[in-house]
Amino acid sequence: MAFFFQELVNGITAGALYALVALGFTMVYGVLKLLNFAHGDLYMIGAYIGFFVIQWFGGPSRLTIPVPLLLVIMFVLAAGLVGGLGVAMERFAYRPLRNAPRIAPLITAIGVSFFLENSAQLLFGAQYRVYNTSEFISLSSGIQIGSVTIDSVQIMVLVLSLLLMVGLQVLVNRTRLGRMMRAVAVDREAAEMLGINVNFVIAATFFLGSALAGVAGVMGGLLFNTVYPTIGFIAGLKAFTASVVGGIGSIPGAMLGGLLIGVAESFITGYVSSTYTNLLVFGLLIAVMLIRPSGLFGRAQLQKV
Amino acid sequence: MSAYPHGPPDSQEPLDILENPPGSRGPQVGADEWVARQAGRREYLPSWLGTTQRQFERIGFWPKLAIVGLAAAVLPAVGLGGFQLQVGIDTLVIVLLALGLNIVVGWAGQLDLGYVAFFGFGAYAFALLSSAQIGAHGIHLPAYLSVPLVLIGAAALGLLVGWPSRRLVGDYLAIVTLFFGEAFVEFTNNVAPSVLGGPNGITGIDPIRGFGLQLNSNTGYYYLLVILVVLTMAVLRRLDTSRTGRAWRAVREDPLAAESMTIPVNRVKLMAFAFGAVVAALAGTVFAAQQISVFPTDFDTPVLILIYAALVLGGAGSIAGAATGALVVMIIYDGLLRNGNYAGYLFYGLILLTLLVKLRPWRRLAAVLAATAALGFAAHAVARAISASAVAGGPHSTGWVGAALRDWVIVPANAQTAGNWGYVLLVCLLIALVQVSSRWRTILLPPTLCLASFVWETKLSVEPAITRQLLIGAILIVMMNARPYGLLGTRRVETPI
Repeated sequence: MAFFFQELVNGITAGALYALVALGFTMVYGVLKLLNFAHGDLYMIGAYIGFFVIQWFGGPSRLTIPVPLLLVIMFVLAAGLVGGLGVAMERFAYRPLRNAPRIAPLITAIGVSFFLENSAQLLFGAQYRVYNTSEFISLSSGIQIGSVTIDSVQIMVLVLSLLLMVGLQVLVNRTRLGRMMRAVAVDREAAEMLGINVNFVIAATFFLGSALAGVAGVMGGLLFNTVYPTIGFIAGLKAFTASVVGGIGSIPGAMLGGLLIGVAESFITGYVSSTYTNLLVFGLLIAVMLIRPSGLFGRAQLQKV
Repeated sequence: MSAYPHGPPDSQEPLDILENPPGSRGPQVGADEWVARQAGRREYLPSWLGTTQRQFERIGFWPKLAIVGLAAAVLPAVGLGGFQLQVGIDTLVIVLLALGLNIVVGWAGQLDLGYVAFFGFGAYAFALLSSAQIGAHGIHLPAYLSVPLVLIGAAALGLLVGWPSRRLVGDYLAIVTLFFGEAFVEFTNNVAPSVLGGPNGITGIDPIRGFGLQLNSNTGYYYLLVILVVLTMAVLRRLDTSRTGRAWRAVREDPLAAESMTIPVNRVKLMAFAFGAVVAALAGTVFAAQQISVFPTDFDTPVLILIYAALVLGGAGSIAGAATGALVVMIIYDGLLRNGNYAGYLFYGLILLTLLVKLRPWRRLAAVLAATAALGFAAHAVARAISASAVAGGPHSTGWVGAALRDWVIVPANAQTAGNWGYVLLVCLLIALVQVSSRWRTILLPPTLCLASFVWETKLSVEPAITRQLLIGAILIVMMNARPYGLLGTRRVETPI
């Protein structure tokens, strides 16, 4: 039974990470109806930013600043830079295509993803970079419940992602910007007629979503330790699955979908075999798409003529 | 008041051509005259270029196909060999794939992101049927048995993957097919390693053989592929102008309207998937036989993106567009970028060509070129005056390009970090160039060109394998933004009805 709970904890932690990436993905889909394939690569860039911050302050074993400060710098820098990159991406690649046929932005998104991935390869090299989290955060100082351990990095990931998700819910449901976002999601033209600055709202959505992916990237680096240019692709696919399972465009759906994928993956790895994890997760996605395309939380949309 | 209130009389001439589109031979059975006329309303290039374009269009499809096929067949006889022949074979495989993708994406308008899995299926199925993988001695079927079997299997798989398209449209279909493609790679990587070989793939595949013949040389595969491409193009042309072809385009434009015109939309979509899969699997069989081995990475996302880039570059929706796009992409990607010298010519040539075409008037072009040259020499002189090691690297290009650049581009002895920052700055500058006004663009151009040369010499030409991938990504972004209808595709002129 201890094994079960340990796998559950690991799954929820990874799931929280996927949920953060899925949130940005689903927000962008909500306002722009665009599948942003490049979203996973933003996660990768966030992870690299975290890695270089650690290197900048002396490397994992000889840090020149206290660890909490380092973590704050990593998260803030990743959120800011990746958010900015997301805005630039929207401005440059997606905005000119806003009224183009649906296929054009999709293919552009594939191109952006490929471009980012190979840029990272060019700039940072293809080799694995290692965070060495255990050298500056003591993993044993976690919580021990019976034989189940939740280590300190896992606690941090869980708490931070919970805070971010609650914050995002408040932002979307309680603030002026959130109201504007929901309005644009429902009907962009009508929102524009009512005086909402649609370009600003879309840019803000891209910033928030990309920043979440950047933060998730740093978390992923701390949690899984390795960074390389293609981690974004698999992370993107997982986030994709999470948001589709939850119902694409729905924020609570993305959160739940992320947790579900994380836990399912952890159980498959623990009880079946790690070779089949990705295959089964992809199979799960295809099954959901075929049985209930609108996802667990999504609403089926009627086609307007 | 002008003497001609509706414009000078000679402006009537192009309108005349619009009314009677080239190639129209009066009323035809099954072809709506109005539709044909509207389809002919399209944009032509200005001045004599447009006239040449119209002349070229009068040649018709079949003579063009014959000329291209003959030209391709003559190439090995006039000295295409070795490395170039391999590039030719790879190119023809991609041409076949682009032709197949054009059916699904270009004609039927179904975004199939798992297309490369059909290519992989064809290659793996052929590999299993003609190697020692299955059973004690393996199955070694001759090609006239194995290839039809593979194609039938691919058609069935195409129907299966296309099945969701009955319910799912647009983005949702893209998601399902994308995951199908990923699942294929995961499957070949992990399932039944004793049969599929896992990451080590299948090796020792028989060559294409049958009826006492056996293809052993690359020349043989080249000719086989030329024949296959020409045959496929001929079949696709017949399909395109048939009822099915018209139904595909109707479904692409508006499925609801198509359905109300009694087109069996679901069956038509499934047909597109099946035809696309068969063409991809055909390419896969030849690919497997020619390579002698197949690996899961041969059918991963980068290949999919390459095929999409080919289709998008040439223009989705036309046979010639798909084939030309694949040709251009592969000659750049596979042929030129592997050789450092050619890559340099290509890079600087493309920049010059773009400037020549895009910069008007001539004074502006001359000013930009002079400023670029002056800026480069000045920066080089200043850098050398400050520190000799700042220019110690020398350009990575060789030959006369390298000699010409020796005193112009700054390459520090250890250029890694500088190259990285230069690359980031270059991307920022390029984004800025698109956004700013024309005056600022002229001012920003010379430093951008110098920086581009710097990044090329320090970073891009040093890592050709990554550069060509970057190029593919950039092609997709730029083409979709600038010319979504492709290089050869024609933009329809919207006509008020």
